[in-house]
Amino acid sequence: MPAIEILGLEKIYKVGFWRKQTRRALHPLHLTVENGEIFGFLGPNGAGKTTTLKMLMGLVFPTAGTARILDRDWTEPEVKAQIGFLPEQPYFYDYLTAHELLDYYGQLSGVPTKDRKRRIDEVLARVGLTDVRGVQLRKFSKGMLQRAGIAQAILHDPKLVFFDEPMSGLDPLGRREVRDLMEQLKHEGKTVFFSTHILSDAEALCDRVAIIHKGELRGVGAVADLTSSVQGKVEVVWQGTQVPASMKALGAECHITGDTVRAVIADTQQDAAIDALRRERLRLIAITPLRTSLEAYFVEKLQHSQTTAGTTV
Amino acid sequence: MSARIVHIASNTFREAVRDRVLYNLIAFALLLSGAAIFIGQISIEIERLVVVNLGLTAVSLFGVVIAIFIGIGLVSKEIEKRTLYTVLSRPVRRWEFIVGKFFGLAGTLVVNTFFMAIGVFAALLYVAHKFSSSDAFILVALYFIVLEFLILCSLALLFSSFSSPLLSAVFTFALFIIGSFADDLRGFAAMTHGIARWFATAAAYLVPNFSALNVISAVAHQQSVGGQVVLQNSLYALFYSAMVLSGAVLIFERRNLK
Repeated sequence: MPAIEILGLEKIYKVGFWRKQTRRALHPLHLTVENGEIFGFLGPNGAGKTTTLKMLMGLVFPTAGTARILDRDWTEPEVKAQIGFLPEQPYFYDYLTAHELLDYYGQLSGVPTKDRKRRIDEVLARVGLTDVRGVQLRKFSKGMLQRAGIAQAILHDPKLVFFDEPMSGLDPLGRREVRDLMEQLKHEGKTVFFSTHILSDAEALCDRVAIIHKGELRGVGAVADLTSSVQGKVEVVWQGTQVPASMKALGAECHITGDTVRAVIADTQQDAAIDALRRERLRLIAITPLRTSLEAYFVEKLQHSQTTAGTTV
Repeated sequence: MSARIVHIASNTFREAVRDRVLYNLIAFALLLSGAAIFIGQISIEIERLVVVNLGLTAVSLFGVVIAIFIGIGLVSKEIEKRTLYTVLSRPVRRWEFIVGKFFGLAGTLVVNTFFMAIGVFAALLYVAHKFSSSDAFILVALYFIVLEFLILCSLALLFSSFSSPLLSAVFTFALFIIGSFADDLRGFAAMTHGIARWFATAAAYLVPNFSALNVISAVAHQQSVGGQVVLQNSLYALFYSAMVLSGAVLIFERRNLK
């Protein structure tokens, strides 16, 4: 059973004074997120990530399409008891203390009174806000508010958590802590769906990612698959300060750094490269398939879409 | 009532208290005690009339200002600050949010009115030295003022559910003024003819009839208020508020929270 099935969700806004013009925020989107995975929803600012999340949360109504969350219709209020949501740049009732805020959200989520205090203490400790539990949120920094936002999203022990730009506003240490928390959630069997435009976070965390641009899905797949599909090339590293002629003959692009040489060759030339290095009695250090970074894949998808759009026009 | 409505109402009440809304009570107490001392010195035989008139009018005006200025931000402020996102992403229905907000503001106004009522009776005791049986009708006047607040809260919420705080304030305040002259509007409608009569009558009955809820002058003159009037006004205020609140829910249920 997938955790999320998005079945053609589409959003077209009517704009202008007479609302006769339209602006498409999201093309029909089909996407499946499996249970227990960390799924990254990637795209530049204004790509349609937040619109998608808002539709799944019932904050914005789709023009067409439907979705299923945890095998139920996504509009059923009971589904929401099983999900947590951190909005982008969250802002909370600033007259409440962190403890009062979580107590209020716990009440709304139906957390029983007897469990609420324990859960609040647990999540406050988990996001590092125990010491400021009695401080009003109006005195919180941006990073502390983000932590409070994460706390409210996981307070009711949801099966599925949606984070919209969870690293936003956090310092490097805070980002690391959030990454650790997301991994912990995964180990607890929860599904994490998060949107971001910080690709290094997605690459480090996600099992699978989807790339969205200008409201349209550009690619989806396992991070390992997307980053390994480098046109069949391997990187050969050996100890030395020069490139033998036999390696040059293989068409290798070589870079010498200190006493190490790195060469990129076609994977079909791998055996020939090993033989060449043996003949020259050079010490082979590593041969690794060359992986595209997620960033390279992302840029390629975005450039491709721009080229296509340019051609269409 | 759903527990979620109670929680939303409690939080709305807590917000009003923490935002120091009840501080208006200090201004009210100062105004009334000052007036009572002043009237006690200059009035002859009409101290009671002046204190009741002034006191109840102040209760009404202070409450109207609070109802409008909190009511207009109840929904729009939550959308603007995006605090609504983390509420509606929980198992909370949109109608529960609206109804909870309504009860929260209504509760704030009832508590506020309760303390101001104590002030009115204290001032009355100060100038008249004793209570009379007709003073019980002051409670009826206060009850009608609360009914007036309920209607205003629902109107402010209605406008807040689709427009900006500034426009909501203008609309609600305009309806308060027009509604205060609803009887005159009905009289005017009766004098017109043809299609103008239809429009004038429709308008006169659509606007809230706040003039029917205003018995301050009668009570100040120690006139009684009949049980039938109490019943009629209660049913009218509850029906009118429920209708307006339903409108607010209908609009809010369809609203995209961009």
